[in-house]
Amino acid sequence: MTSLPEKTNKKLGLVIDLDICVGCQACATSCKEWNTGGYSAPLSDHDPYGADPSGAWLNRVHSYEVGEGAGSKTVHFPRSCLHCEEPDCVTVCPTGASYKREEDGIVLVNPETCIGCKLCSWACPYGAREYDYDDGVMKKCTLCVDRIYNETIPEVDRIPACVRACPTGARAFGDLGDPNSDVSKSVAKRGGYGLLEEFGYKPVNRYLPPRMGLAPGGDRVETPSPTASTVKPNGSAIERLFAWADQALSGKA
Amino acid sequence: MHPAYSVILFTTASGAGYGLLFWLSVMHLLGVAPDGRWLLFVAIAVALALVTIGLLASTLHLGRPERAVGAFSQWRTSWLSREGVAAVATYVPSGLLALMWLLGFGSGVVSALLALLAAVGAVVTVYCTGMIYASLRTIRQWNLELVPAGYLAMAAATGALLFGFLLALFGHAPSWAATLSLLGLGVGAALKVYYWQTIDADEGQYTSEMATGLGHLGQVKPLDPPHTRPNFVMREMGYEVARKHAHKLRRLVLACLFAVPALLLLALLTVGGSGAMAFYFLAIGFAAVGVFVERWLFFAEAEHVSMLFYGKQRA
Repeated sequence: MTSLPEKTNKKLGLVIDLDICVGCQACATSCKEWNTGGYSAPLSDHDPYGADPSGAWLNRVHSYEVGEGAGSKTVHFPRSCLHCEEPDCVTVCPTGASYKREEDGIVLVNPETCIGCKLCSWACPYGAREYDYDDGVMKKCTLCVDRIYNETIPEVDRIPACVRACPTGARAFGDLGDPNSDVSKSVAKRGGYGLLEEFGYKPVNRYLPPRMGLAPGGDRVETPSPTASTVKPNGSAIERLFAWADQALSGKA
Repeated sequence: MHPAYSVILFTTASGAGYGLLFWLSVMHLLGVAPDGRWLLFVAIAVALALVTIGLLASTLHLGRPERAVGAFSQWRTSWLSREGVAAVATYVPSGLLALMWLLGFGSGVVSALLALLAAVGAVVTVYCTGMIYASLRTIRQWNLELVPAGYLAMAAATGALLFGFLLALFGHAPSWAATLSLLGLGVGAALKVYYWQTIDADEGQYTSEMATGLGHLGQVKPLDPPHTRPNFVMREMGYEVARKHAHKLRRLVLACLFAVPALLLLALLTVGGSGAMAFYFLAIGFAAVGVFVERWLFFAEAEHVSMLFYGKQRA
């Protein structure tokens, strides 16, 4: 149904740590791999090896430069559906194909009833929905609904493919409606935030901000680069032998 | 926003069709429209043909047009669904009216009632079309009350021109018809100019810093894009027309859709009845070009918030 549920029993979502993400694209690739063979028809690509490749992906990793000059930093920024609590992408749908689940808050598109009018993608401020030109329907992150409840796969795999693939542990999955869940605790500890909260869709996914590094105004003092003279010998016999040899050979005895 | 030609054709053709249906019904209701059997039938047939062409064109941009019937189900929340329901509902009184007029039942209580329902249906349907766009908060150039007002005004102006032409075709050239068209064009032009001033004055309340939540670290600039070539979101939502080019096209709209037809109608009012058909024919030709460009610009000038993730600073 296109009407939003009054409340959802859970708020399943992702927590993405921008301090850890290295922009390796493993989450995006793993997402594509799992979802092109899962829930809906394949995520089609056009001209994949040609000059103008395009295709439907459910997860995209941007890289931004934030700040100026020496104080700037690179922030890798994965972006997918945020499974908002009050999104218009659901209410604008004329067929009821776009819906939000009452049991866990996941926003899905029914590939059997979507007419491919693309209005939901117009209603999303996050650019999270991508149209599949071959299938003629809208595609979006399903939070791997066909993995997380799937009892035919090992328990360790019952998390979204992007979370499972992340080599740095920058992605976590859980119930953000439960204040005692691990994801909620990390959000509380690190000051996790939602994207474009001003817009009012109440996104569920959270981002953990990058920690301040060497930037001027940051809380760390800039230390000089290490040079040979700053490396102190630890005084072992073998080191003393080499130090003696070095001095003898360089004629500084 | 990418201007889809099927949607431009749909909104302009069905807009003119509903405009014609509205004026025909209202003038019949007021007893002002001439009672000619063929005039009435041809006029309503043209209106319904335009509406139908438009609705069929609108299904061309669907990925799965064979499932379009499902779009009537979600009228509780979706303006697109409401538009579909209103369009189909309007066919009932207007279709019956067309049948009555074809069979020669000119006027009476039944035709008056049907005309009233058809006129209301035409207004409601065009309003719903405007609200599909106006309800999208992601696009500041659309999220305005001026948008449905503009759609109604363009439909009324183009419909009035068609009505005047059909009257002339059947040998009637009442001055009220030309005055009606002039009024429609005047209101349309005023609304359009006000709309352009409004969207030019608003620079957008959202920034790329707000979108990424990284503003406390400084200005956000794209470093590496997530893909080597534009994806669906960029192609659909990232279409942008150069400001200079847009201003040229705005002047073209003012000339073709409003100024030239208005001058032609003023000339017609001065010269009098003879040659009315030619005047209307020319006016409709100019207005058709003008309304097509107006609708193209409506899409091309619309900026989507999602582009904040793709390097746009403000939307």
